[in-house]
Amino acid sequence: MRKSLNTLGSSVSAIILALSICAVLLLVTGKDPFAAYSKILETGLTGEKLLEMLKRATPLIFSAIAVAIGFKMNLFNIGVEGQYLFAALVAAEMATHVSLPRPLHILFILVVAMVAGAAWASIAAFLKIARGVNEVISTIMLNYIALSFIQWLFESFFRDDSDGGLNVKTTKIAPSGRMPDLVHDRLNGMFIVALVVAFLYWIVVFRSRFGFRLRASGLNPIAARTAGIPANRMVLIALMLSGAVAGLIAMPAVIGDVYGYGPSAIATQFGFAGISVALLGRNHPVGIVGAALLFGFLDSTSAVLQLSGIPSSIVKVIQAIIVLVVVIVNEASSRRYNRRTAERAAADLKSQEVQS
Amino acid sequence: MQAGSKKSSQTLPLESAHVVELANISKSFPGVIANRDISLQVARATIHAIVGENGAGKSTLMKILYGLHQPDSGTIAINGEITQFKSPSEAIAAGIGMVHQHFMLADNLTVLENIILGYEPTKYGVLSLGNARKRVKELATSIGVDLDLDLPISELGVGQRQRVEILKVLFRGAEILVLDEPTAVLVPQEVDELFTNLRKLVANGTTILFISHKLDEVLSISDQITVIRQGSTVATVSPKMVDRLKLAELMVGSDLPSHGKRTTLVGEKIQLSTNNLTVIGKNRKNPVENVSFKIFESEIVGIAGVDGNGQFELCEALLGLVDIEGTVEIGGKDASKLSIRERLNQGLAYIPFDRHREGLMLAASLWENSLLGHETSLSRGPMIDFDAAKKSCKEIINRFGVMTPNELVPAFVLSGGNQQKLVVGRNLATAPKVLIAAHPTRGIDVGAQAAVWEEIRRSRDAGMSVLLVSADLEEVLGLSDRILVMFDGEISAELDPKSATPQILGKYMTGTQ
Repeated sequence: MRKSLNTLGSSVSAIILALSICAVLLLVTGKDPFAAYSKILETGLTGEKLLEMLKRATPLIFSAIAVAIGFKMNLFNIGVEGQYLFAALVAAEMATHVSLPRPLHILFILVVAMVAGAAWASIAAFLKIARGVNEVISTIMLNYIALSFIQWLFESFFRDDSDGGLNVKTTKIAPSGRMPDLVHDRLNGMFIVALVVAFLYWIVVFRSRFGFRLRASGLNPIAARTAGIPANRMVLIALMLSGAVAGLIAMPAVIGDVYGYGPSAIATQFGFAGISVALLGRNHPVGIVGAALLFGFLDSTSAVLQLSGIPSSIVKVIQAIIVLVVVIVNEASSRRYNRRTAERAAADLKSQEVQS
Repeated sequence: MQAGSKKSSQTLPLESAHVVELANISKSFPGVIANRDISLQVARATIHAIVGENGAGKSTLMKILYGLHQPDSGTIAINGEITQFKSPSEAIAAGIGMVHQHFMLADNLTVLENIILGYEPTKYGVLSLGNARKRVKELATSIGVDLDLDLPISELGVGQRQRVEILKVLFRGAEILVLDEPTAVLVPQEVDELFTNLRKLVANGTTILFISHKLDEVLSISDQITVIRQGSTVATVSPKMVDRLKLAELMVGSDLPSHGKRTTLVGEKIQLSTNNLTVIGKNRKNPVENVSFKIFESEIVGIAGVDGNGQFELCEALLGLVDIEGTVEIGGKDASKLSIRERLNQGLAYIPFDRHREGLMLAASLWENSLLGHETSLSRGPMIDFDAAKKSCKEIINRFGVMTPNELVPAFVLSGGNQQKLVVGRNLATAPKVLIAAHPTRGIDVGAQAAVWEEIRRSRDAGMSVLLVSADLEEVLGLSDRILVMFDGEISAELDPKSATPQILGKYMTGTQ
């Protein structure tokens, strides 16, 4: 409890600090920071924009959880980007080859996406287990491979020009495979799925035996191995689980918006944004959802900022500075927290001695 | 010129009798017992031992003297002059040298290069080794050390490396030498050599502060002994006035628990055995070669040996962490092909060599640490049973006397001894059939050591088989029912602890017999 308060406190103070740094940046570039921030608040806090915030937060939640699963085991899955784009193409294409009633069809697509994401991530896992290749390097490289591979697959096999538009996509997914909207055209059911995944992440990683082994392998891999936790198997499972969640990142678009995959229709870069969100949320499900909402909120206001003469990229700058500041502040505050804990433990012991 | 020449230029105020004088030093320091009102006077050209349990505050005190910590109150006087050290470099300038327990040497540099490292004599900006070589040679001869200055450190043994450390500190002009547990890494013969060197040093006018918890050594080498308990000085005694038992009592503050002769018999069932066990060395000699032994029910077999003679690899092989040739049997069944988990399920338990590296998750709570390795039994379905895990941790805390406010604090707040008790407790709590105990009491205080020994004995009497790996001969001799000596990957002797002595063991351990 004390620890979560400490975490929350340091995250909030980091955000405030980051906003102040950005204010200075804005001042230096001759813009009025108060105008910019009040514009962000003014537009961001309308009902329409709040819905957009939820929508924009959805893929970030998936992405951050995918990254966090790796982080919990000290594995740096930088390959979420490639995993989700690969999964998006595979799931969009597979969706057109089956005919199932609605809930099953949706479920089928989600499962295919997760399997595809996991399969792509497993390449890095095998490389690490069999050849000792650092997963940071292999996942980064696999991102590039994924992008080219997807392009080739799409252009050679899955491209559907039947609707004649410039914006080429895979064959449109049948209505039975489309995720219903929560709010018409504004937010679809994947947001609920994201919250469910966040809850499952908490159960699996923080409450289950498997999760304990995963965290133990992250906290001290040698001690975990000595205690009989199979290191290689944990690496494989953790990376595949991470890839499976990554597979869901593009689903809000694939089955809720675009109803297919298209190189220009599916947004990229969520894999990297997820790293920031996971860092900001400190790998905790509540923190991740909160951080994703914050990023979603900032993203939702960027277009409006542009209109009022404030460069919209200030939003990206704010996000980046927040993450940097959070990392620094967290490091400092966790050191302070550790020292305090040690002091308190020593004091508690002393008072016990006095009593006995 | 070097700092060593300072002596001549410095006018000593009245040639104070006490070269080091600590007065009423207090320091509060999280997680460790604070130094409370410590006073200490060290006479010139003597060996002054500081003994105390681990966590008693010896290290804190020495760190204060060396400028690594600043005292909250109290004064430090060197040669009668009150000084304050803000950093080790100021302490070094004042003539204080520290030889750490873990050597800080560059393996691929030569002896000479290591000694002058950081204090290289230069002429017009160019390294001038000639002068340095001469000075180092003189220093070495004066304390009776014979070393080839051009050998790389990697070719030296532990004892020689320690000599290099000492020379390094002397080269920097140290007149007050602080030795932190210098004999922990040495075999008896090397200890004798070290003591010879130290006596020569003292004869040359150097003052030595000797930190140790090996009481016999302290009694044989020191001129004065200061005992520290729970952060305060308990007594300063002359070794002639006290014996081992008295000193131990001063340290612990109560009567030592007796060793206790065993009243039970060694069983007849073989619980752990190996047959021609070999661990294949990659690009090097096989670290374990053709080792065969049997351990019976209710038996403690001690493996004595200098660190690095294959004990670690042997334990890894028994656990299933490395590929082996030959066989391992647990409880009479072949376990050579089993995974670590399967072996643990067969009733094997392991107290690791290094609790920080192989045993604990320092950032995690105590109950999570005691849960490690026992997740299966402390689960309900696929979920961890949090209440049961915490309860089991509390039981370990109570049974093994882990000093902690509760089971929720992270492991890093505990002192080393208490961390060790937790690791030992975690392994004994489930009543394993076979225990591999590697250095079960390394670096922990006498009180905790006695408690751990007692628990191991009790479990042994209840039928547990123990493979005890230790470099502490007292431990091996006191605890084992049978002793195997390991040298260079092989078992070089099997001895009866009743007739073996540290000297005999030392000979087998160093391969001289």
